Amino acid sequence: MSSLTDLSMLELAAKLASREVSSVEATRASLERIARVDPKVRAFLRVDEAGALKAAEASDARRTAGSPLSALDGVPVGLKDIFLTQGVETTCASRVLEGFVPPYDATVVRLLKEAGLPLLGKLNMDEFAMGSSNESSAYFPTHNPWDLTRTPGGSSGGSAAAVAAREVFGALGTDTGGSIRQPAALTNTVGLKPTYGRVSRYGVIAFASSLDQPGPMARTVGDTAALLQLIARHDPLDSTSADVETPDCLTGLEDGVRGLKLGVPREYFAEGMDPEVAGTLRASLEELEKLGATLVDVSLPHTKYALATYYLLASSEASSNLARYDGIRYGQRAKDARGLKELYTRTRGEGFGAEVKRRIMLGTYALSAGYYDAYYLRAQKVRTLIREDFTKVFQQVDAIVSPTSPVPAFKLGAKVDDPLSMYLMDVYTLPCNLAGLPGLSVPCGFTQGGLPIGMQLLGRPFDEARLLRIARAFEREHDFFRRAAPV
Amino acid sequence: MALTLEQVRHVATLARLSLTPQEEERYATQLSAVLDAVAELEALDVSQVEPTSHATLASSLLREDVLRPSLPPEAGLANAPAKVGSAFAVPKILE
Repeated sequence: MSSLTDLSMLELAAKLASREVSSVEATRASLERIARVDPKVRAFLRVDEAGALKAAEASDARRTAGSPLSALDGVPVGLKDIFLTQGVETTCASRVLEGFVPPYDATVVRLLKEAGLPLLGKLNMDEFAMGSSNESSAYFPTHNPWDLTRTPGGSSGGSAAAVAAREVFGALGTDTGGSIRQPAALTNTVGLKPTYGRVSRYGVIAFASSLDQPGPMARTVGDTAALLQLIARHDPLDSTSADVETPDCLTGLEDGVRGLKLGVPREYFAEGMDPEVAGTLRASLEELEKLGATLVDVSLPHTKYALATYYLLASSEASSNLARYDGIRYGQRAKDARGLKELYTRTRGEGFGAEVKRRIMLGTYALSAGYYDAYYLRAQKVRTLIREDFTKVFQQVDAIVSPTSPVPAFKLGAKVDDPLSMYLMDVYTLPCNLAGLPGLSVPCGFTQGGLPIGMQLLGRPFDEARLLRIARAFEREHDFFRRAAPV
Repeated sequence: MALTLEQVRHVATLARLSLTPQEEERYATQLSAVLDAVAELEALDVSQVEPTSHATLASSLLREDVLRPSLPPEAGLANAPAKVGSAFAVPKILE
């Protein structure tokens, strides 16, 4: 039985345009779905029922007047709690920001509002986006709708779980080392990390500023493309925002893969991969070949250094970015501190969770006198080598194909106190962030136990349209998104 | 490389983090393991390699130096844990 919440964003948009369905009906359907399944999934930190319904009513009025603001006017979506929302509490899943009500909207939030999309609320995540399982949320872990005993991945795990559980039609996440793509892979959803600079970071709570990038998460490739169109805008308020045109990702979406050269990096098919993931990926590669693509064996020789490089650079940038949580201007402040220094240390000691403190410590160490050259500067140089690997390969191929995650969704609690094992979850996704490239995860199958598997596509800078086109060619053969999570 | 408890305390001071004795122990062990793992970067000769700070950024961007609206003081102060008039309140800085 199909219900309103099973529709893709573009299917709903068509019904809104023909007036078969109203935005208020769609938004109420989402809110009812949230009320029914979210006590089990726990994707939402807070639901903004009143705000979403008010936006839906305004959308319906525009449709009646024949003046919708965009193709997706009236389609309700959710936001990772890393995006500032004026008047709606934003915590980044941290105790230190509990009660923080932003005085302005992130640029991407403003763009969604200006396009008429009702915003259903704020979605759970790993604290300050540091994690790969949503278990470092200071509030509660989110559960994978495909198996409630397992993680939905992270850090945008709440966004992925809400999309997969049909609680929202789409969502925005952020990706610093795989935080959009890995949870998408673990939940049978599509997630796109745009090229660094493609989407504004203004009003997005900073983790690692040279790596962070917001992006769309949805059930279909078409929805992902449509959401990207709304948020990919040059923004003078973000000095790293690229001054490029908004891409047209929808016109050529159905053009297929015939004639395209797809690189298969041998380093990404090394040991450590789950056999079912490996098998499914190989079958998917054969299928892309049957659809007319040419597979090319390529090498990214510095891949094995990406994890160490990433953890040094991301933690260093985080230790600097998170210095702002000092208990003075916003957020929580330690009670009864004696003097300013104690106020700082106790506010931060009490306000941050274990993983955030671990990364602040690592980053502070890597940047400290006597260690800067050996750790931070060296990692920046290795980053250059990793970036050059991709530049060379993209002279030969149009895109790179790999698994998104080495394993399917793992059990909640399985890796909580083993940071190194948790960091390995991002081994295929984080080189893309170091190189600033666009990356996408698209569903490519299930394990025998029914857990989703994702395929990753990496592209040249600002080549999102081609990645979406390849993903769509694959999706068209399967329609995995029609398969709903058993929740 | 193994971090001593003394080094952990020094880094915590630099980071303005109060840690419990249990946290100091745990971070000494876990950060030592992470540092051992990242030591593999030493295998690469990077003496002739330029560092990358931003992957796609050619140079810093500048904007026109003109006035534009910013947050009104009451909005900027709305989330302050403590305030006095139109200022953030902090504990006494000088003893």
